[in-house]
Amino acid sequence: MKFFRLILANLMRSKRRTFLTTFSIAIALFLFCTLRTVITSFEASLRASEATRLVVRHGASLVFPLPLSYEDRLARVPGVTGVTYGNWFGGVYQDPKNQFAQFAMDVPTMFDLFPDTVLPEDQKKAFLAERTSCIVGRALAKKFGWKIGDAVPILGTIYPGDWRFVIRGIYEGRTKDVDENTLFFHWDYLNESLPQGRKDYVGIYWLRIASPSMAAAVSERVDDMFRNSSQPTKTETEKAFQAGFISMIGNIQLLLTILGSAIVFAIMLVTINTMMMAARERTTEIAVLKTLGFSDGLILRLVGGEALLVSLVGGVLGCGLAALIFHEMDFTGGGFFPNFRVLPETILAGLLLAVLMGVLSGVAPAVSAARLRIANALRKVA
Amino acid sequence: MDSKNGNLIELRGVTKVYHRDRIEVPVLQGIDLAIREGEFVALMGPSGSGKSTLLNLIGGIDTPTSGEVRVAGESLGTLKSSRLASWRARHIGFIFQLYNLIPVLTAYQNVELPLLLTRLSSADRKKRVTFALGLVGLEGREKHFPRQLSGGEEQRVAIARAIVADPTLLVADEPTGDLDAKNAAEILLLLQRLNRELQKTILMVTHDPHAAERAQRTLHLDKGVLQP
Repeated sequence: MKFFRLILANLMRSKRRTFLTTFSIAIALFLFCTLRTVITSFEASLRASEATRLVVRHGASLVFPLPLSYEDRLARVPGVTGVTYGNWFGGVYQDPKNQFAQFAMDVPTMFDLFPDTVLPEDQKKAFLAERTSCIVGRALAKKFGWKIGDAVPILGTIYPGDWRFVIRGIYEGRTKDVDENTLFFHWDYLNESLPQGRKDYVGIYWLRIASPSMAAAVSERVDDMFRNSSQPTKTETEKAFQAGFISMIGNIQLLLTILGSAIVFAIMLVTINTMMMAARERTTEIAVLKTLGFSDGLILRLVGGEALLVSLVGGVLGCGLAALIFHEMDFTGGGFFPNFRVLPETILAGLLLAVLMGVLSGVAPAVSAARLRIANALRKVA
Repeated sequence: MDSKNGNLIELRGVTKVYHRDRIEVPVLQGIDLAIREGEFVALMGPSGSGKSTLLNLIGGIDTPTSGEVRVAGESLGTLKSSRLASWRARHIGFIFQLYNLIPVLTAYQNVELPLLLTRLSSADRKKRVTFALGLVGLEGREKHFPRQLSGGEEQRVAIARAIVADPTLLVADEPTGDLDAKNAAEILLLLQRLNRELQKTILMVTHDPHAAERAQRTLHLDKGVLQP
């Protein structure tokens, strides 16, 4: 501890340099945590997928709807124990910045298919009873300060017009992986407001099957049933659907990993260079400390400790800011990342990375300082 | 101290050769020297005569090419780097021409540096630092940084740093070389006091004959050879 003051004094020698180095490490680790959280939020949405739930969509693309008339036929497929459906609404609340997911759902059947969406019984009854009502996730309600009875105006984009929903319930997820940033309202309300040509079409059907082992057989049966129709289907497990949805934007995990690694590596090189410059500028001082009796090992720890301290402070700032900012912002990426939370394990990984950066950036200057020959460094041959 | 003959410093057949590119540059040649404990010795000689090299060998911050350097009972050539570092901390107080204080530390913190290597408590370190700064006449300047001190004051801080751990030997490399006449005289007087009142053995390299007059004995080095 008595040497900590010495480390601190040396770091404060050039406040600007120390600040910029710490700041650049903080930025690198902020980005690392952000990119890592994109991956973990994808993983969370995959975890929240039920193995006994299948998703049925148009065989050509998700953007094409399926007829409502498929519902009865789907319900009769052997192995299917429940059906619900819904449409992605894609509206804007007050400002385009306030993006969150909205789904028009077949309310009477949705809770049966999504038991992880937990709503008190009285609120469920109120929601079922009122066609213009909606329910919102706890996180979403907290973000906008909504409470039951509030009216939420939404500007439709896919379904143009000014829509207005009254909140009749605030749901919670049974697990932390369940999205609490979505607004659900009545599909019937949406359907009756549409022009004739757009009525009675559904974006996605969800099927509940008796057992996960039946997924492949049921999917095949469903797709075979509509293979020769004008609206063929593509049926897959909810997990496969989520994974496919994510993969629509490419191998995002690999891309983000490469991007994150490149940022951290570049900043580490800058930090190594800065630390080496800082140590080189102090050659005479290091020689004087050795003259006073500071051993090579102690010099190694002092110079290495500076790099470690800078990296750790940068790491704490970067990871802490990421956790704080995304928590305070309730960031959902326009509904794409409903579970965008910086996880404790991400923070831990960030801090370990900071330690690694500190060690790697401190090794070269610390070793060269420890190896310094006093007589040469004092540069005096009388 | 060497218990057999009372010599604190003994050099036998010491040579030092530097290599510049592939050329050998002999700096010291066959140095034999003995300095008794409590002596104040001045080492004079022209530039390039090897004075500082000899001082570095005796201070344990350089190693001879051949011969033996024995200081405070220890043959320095046999010590490994880590043991040599703790030997320096225990036995040697260095005073440099350019003071070599750490600019980001206060006068107090600079003087405290050698004590950080000891097991002394913070309170004991404070007592010693306060005493050393008082001895060199810098009471009340503890919180000043080197840039806030005059050259003479900086050298006083450097002397306080050199004596604070109560070393066996003080080695001073042209301690007045960067000072004006008044400050130089004050520093020399201080060194004399340390020698007389605290019985510190002092080996001082100097160009200045007036400075050398303050010592009890003057050695002359020329082209790496001690003159008779």
